[in-house]
Amino acid sequence: MHWVHATAFVVLLGSGLCLYLPSLAEVVGRRPLLKDVHVYTAVAWAVALAVVVAVGDRRALLRTAREIDRFDADDRAWLRGGRTRQGRLNAGQKVNAILTAAFALLFAVTGFFLWLGERDTAYRLPSALLVHDWLMYVSFVLFLGHLWLAVLYPKTRHALNGMTRGWVDEEWARRHHPKWVESLRD
Amino acid sequence: MEDGERYGRRAFLVVVAGGLSSLAWATKASGVFSPVTSSFSQLIGNLLPVGGWRIYTISGSMPVFDPASWRLQIDGLVRRRISLDYEGLLRLPRAEQVSTFHCVTGWTVHGVRWAGVRFRDLLALADPLPQAKAVRFVSMEVPYTDSLTLEQVRLADVMLAYELDGKPLSRPHGAPARVVIPEMYGYKGVKWLTRMELVAEQPTGYWEGLGYDQDAWVGRSNGYGS
Repeated sequence: MHWVHATAFVVLLGSGLCLYLPSLAEVVGRRPLLKDVHVYTAVAWAVALAVVVAVGDRRALLRTAREIDRFDADDRAWLRGGRTRQGRLNAGQKVNAILTAAFALLFAVTGFFLWLGERDTAYRLPSALLVHDWLMYVSFVLFLGHLWLAVLYPKTRHALNGMTRGWVDEEWARRHHPKWVESLRD
Repeated sequence: MEDGERYGRRAFLVVVAGGLSSLAWATKASGVFSPVTSSFSQLIGNLLPVGGWRIYTISGSMPVFDPASWRLQIDGLVRRRISLDYEGLLRLPRAEQVSTFHCVTGWTVHGVRWAGVRFRDLLALADPLPQAKAVRFVSMEVPYTDSLTLEQVRLADVMLAYELDGKPLSRPHGAPARVVIPEMYGYKGVKWLTRMELVAEQPTGYWEGLGYDQDAWVGRSNGYGS
């Protein structure tokens, strides 16, 4: 699920920026090809998500969704700046997941209208472009922040191990996600 | 793990609803906030080479301008067929203007500095016949064409531009020359211009063939202002 989003985001951002920035557009110069890359990547991304849900570990996905849905008192305090004890996902990670899911849907809807509007002017919504752009700005900033915490920031970057290799150091988990470690002990 | 408030789904739905409803209010909001957002995009424009423009093409690659071989043909219903080279175009009386560029897809660039020639000077060379009522503009980017009536090309701020913001028109902006008509959406401004054909009746251009309006007045066409 994570890597489907990650791959699609990077390809869509790259091809989208080539469509968007005149200087990049001039360097690449093959707009219809880029447009196809952009549109088909979007379709492939939606299909890949459907496949993950269809053949993946649905129980684990559901468990994660439930986890993201619930914010307990510690989570709420954490969002207000308190360093409270966190579960497997801290409150910031939950917020990030919620925004990612919502933005993905909004990107898809506005992108669909952009695609449709070029084919039939009756479906051309002037706002679709504006909203698609602003989603891009905001998610680009979120993406940079996400990369910073996951790859560079020394205190948190150990989590990348969990994303790539599937395990994290127990001492580290105890410090950052104590409630998760406790729930595993039960 | 099962305790706590179920904020997640609610937050997700609020963001999605906000985003979808913004399809209705984003254009208005961006008008209200444009002093803020345009300075923001100006800032981005200074950091990145954006400048608010985005480049649309319809074919596989952008046409390449070669000053040695490029010609602007003016033909059709004229007394004199004209073939103008780049030097010849630059020798015509120079006109300058600052105007706003509106794209039909909803973006706008303010304060664009154009330089070029007025169509009356171009048309005077060819001397249109009385039955000529419109100009068909042909781009080097095949099959892009569009047209304007003679009345429209003679509006005070309509020109064939060869400079943008003090520099010769770049390849993405339609080098060496493009049509500029600020009162209409950008698709009427044919880029990479190579031919002007004087005709008795306005033909259907590329975007008009896809349902866009022949008269693309800003705010009064293509579903805007109706």
